[in-house]
Amino acid sequence: MVEAAVAPVLELDGVAKSFGPVAALRSGSLSVRPGSIHALVGENGAGKSTLVKIVAGVYRRDLGVLRLDGQDVDFGSTAESKAAGIAVIYQEPTLFPDLSVTENIFMGRLSLGRGRRIDRGAMYAEAERLFKGLGVHIDPRRAARGLSIADQQIIEIAKAISMDAKVLIMDEPTAALSGVEVERLFAVARGLRDEGRAVVFISHRFEEVFALCDTITVLRDGEYVGTRPTADTSVSEIVGLMVGRQVGDLFPKTPAEIGAPVLQVEGLTSAGVFHDVTFEIRAGEIVGLAGLVGAGRSEIARAVFGVDRYDSGTVTLHGKPVPARDPRAAIRAGMAFVPEDRRKQGLVTDASVAHNVAAVIRRGLSRGGVLTRGAESRAAGPWAARLEVKTSALDMGAATMSGGNQQKVVIAKWLATEPSLLIIDEPTRGIDVGTKAEVHRLLSDLAGRGLAILMISSELPEVLGMADRVLVVCEGRITADLDRAHATPEAVMHAATNVLEAHR
Amino acid sequence: MKAEHVATVDEPLREALLVEPSALSPTRRVLGEMLRSRELSVGLALLVVVAAATLRHHTFLLSSDSWRDLLLTPSILVVLAVGQGVVIITRNVDLSVGSTLALTAYLTGRLFVDNPGLPVIGVFVIGLLVGAALGLVNGVLVAFGKVPALVITLGTMYIFRGVVLTWAGSNRINASDMPKGFLDLGTRQVLTIPVLTIIALVVLGAVGYYLHTARGGRELYAIGSDPSAAELYGLPVRRRLLAAFMLSGSLAGLAGVLYAARYGTVSSGAGSGIELQAVAAVVIGGVAIFGGSGTVWGAALGAYLLLTINRALPILNIPDFWQQAVVGALIIAAIVLDRVLSVRRERLVIEARDAS
Repeated sequence: MVEAAVAPVLELDGVAKSFGPVAALRSGSLSVRPGSIHALVGENGAGKSTLVKIVAGVYRRDLGVLRLDGQDVDFGSTAESKAAGIAVIYQEPTLFPDLSVTENIFMGRLSLGRGRRIDRGAMYAEAERLFKGLGVHIDPRRAARGLSIADQQIIEIAKAISMDAKVLIMDEPTAALSGVEVERLFAVARGLRDEGRAVVFISHRFEEVFALCDTITVLRDGEYVGTRPTADTSVSEIVGLMVGRQVGDLFPKTPAEIGAPVLQVEGLTSAGVFHDVTFEIRAGEIVGLAGLVGAGRSEIARAVFGVDRYDSGTVTLHGKPVPARDPRAAIRAGMAFVPEDRRKQGLVTDASVAHNVAAVIRRGLSRGGVLTRGAESRAAGPWAARLEVKTSALDMGAATMSGGNQQKVVIAKWLATEPSLLIIDEPTRGIDVGTKAEVHRLLSDLAGRGLAILMISSELPEVLGMADRVLVVCEGRITADLDRAHATPEAVMHAATNVLEAHR
Repeated sequence: MKAEHVATVDEPLREALLVEPSALSPTRRVLGEMLRSRELSVGLALLVVVAAATLRHHTFLLSSDSWRDLLLTPSILVVLAVGQGVVIITRNVDLSVGSTLALTAYLTGRLFVDNPGLPVIGVFVIGLLVGAALGLVNGVLVAFGKVPALVITLGTMYIFRGVVLTWAGSNRINASDMPKGFLDLGTRQVLTIPVLTIIALVVLGAVGYYLHTARGGRELYAIGSDPSAAELYGLPVRRRLLAAFMLSGSLAGLAGVLYAARYGTVSSGAGSGIELQAVAAVVIGGVAIFGGSGTVWGAALGAYLLLTINRALPILNIPDFWQQAVVGALIIAAIVLDRVLSVRRERLVIEARDAS
């Protein structure tokens, strides 16, 4: 696309993939030449991972062209994509915890010795050679269970290298690596490039993208935005392409009167998950918790609500301490929690709307331990009406509703407990654009009535548009506390990624 | 997670937590792993039970009949536990093996009744094939239907049993229906070792060797360890699951033939409840119930421990109720032990990593 001199080894054009009504990728295009390191950038949810999974054969595309070496291909399974010479390192390492490091590297193509027996000696030697090339010391005989994410990532990389692939795709391989390890990885990537292989590199860290890659392709909202040679572009141009829209218009946050502190969290620490987390939220305030996937945002929220344990620190609501590990006490104290995966954790999808809405206040509704359908409907009615849940009747099953309406039912369920703090994790994940705005309007409206809201979101525009204040989490620590005026995409991105460099 | 942080961790775990290559020689490491293995502790428990019972009543071990019984009684369960072990390693379970055993045991008798001249080897081949076919039914439903194996095999357990009940009715096969050469297999010994035990050990050896040294064997472990990762790796998951269920089915078929030879009489109720004994043996023997780890050696030892305890407890004057309870306690202890060890280890790993 940029230099037509060399034919691209991997080519995608107008590739689309939807999950039910939600389009994860609308029109993904990418053209990777051999002997090149190609960066694929975009915000969380821009469709990068979906694109990778289509190339890897995990998903089948709905539309569009996928070419390898100029041939149209259609991968029905990961085995086919592998056989065609594509190796993928996923964001989350996918290892077999019970098997040895070496077996993890060679699984699916274990080397055979005499009599079709697997040749462990040869594989150990080969694993040691690979690790030496990567400059790491990992025992090839130990089990993969208990390895740090960084070590697991190294094993993924060793696996990809040993496959001798012509296209290597790395989906945020550096997220968990230290400085030395990143340098090593880069050396390996450059080595592969010089051998004439194509490398696709996905990262949120611009300094890495600019240091390593020769070409950058930007995706936004599931669509191809543009491709630039690294030499002719700048960080600000790329960020501009990534963000690309007027933040304020899409997400209307009406100013609300900020009142007294509602939630105060002090020094919350859980070993290996998050450290020394301190913040407060005031009445009428929406605080956004931003950060990269896996930074520990949801874990912090779950600990505050008392679902997960924590080692030290305190949570106070209206000045009164909230006991740890006791969600019921948190609900009584006035907290409400809308989890990330609403189908699994927030909604009884097989039950009716009324049943769902009344779920948390059931104890209050029952008379002598007996709960009638009528009592449920009477209690649920006003809430569903206020939230404009579009279901013809409260008896309708929750499973058949759209994502947006499901989310409203979950919110209605919690509002029925009359909370003073609402924690909401990924409020609009899997919700189509039109309904997104409705959920946002609802949140804004609730803040206007004096509710304190802690909103976790991976979608930067959503955080910037909705939040009065943005807390940025990076590797389990709060690395920035930005008010609305100072919360720019650059500042948030910086805080979400940059502390890593500082720690190195 | 570097060596100095790991130093605070207690001794036996140090090796397991080490990321960097161990300084120990491979031989010593293998030795160390064996010393910590479940197989060894189950084996020791077995020895303790035998020793305790023998001290109480020296005839428990020290007579030619009881030596034979010690080896012979668990042989059929060993065959079933090997098949069950393979299935559980893939994070599935096969509850239909008891009914498959009954079906092939009755079939064996009928074959001899209807074809008096049938060679003994013939019933073995037919038993294995019928068992494999029944296993294939399970495998197809689990691998292609994506229905949990617990549900599928619970269903086929009742269906296969229903077939036997309908077919056999109140009839039973008696020893007089079967040739003497066949029945002799159930009692004959070679160098004091019963033939049935030798067959069970050959099966155990072959399957154990396959799991350890063949690609397919290691892939079974991989599938059980993380089924979704196995898909991402492009492993032939369906084919392997089919093979695992067919193996379990054909071993249950073999066990049915052995059952007919050993007991001489077969009714429609043969082997009911034995599928749970097989699962118990596998769990006691250290195969993780969620798959991915453990060996069939352990499963076989578990079968020996289970049935030897059953025989030893009456000799130790322990009442019936407690005999059942001891078996139950053993199963729970095995699972709790696994859980406690893995939780403890995970905590240590996290602490070691946080400290670094």
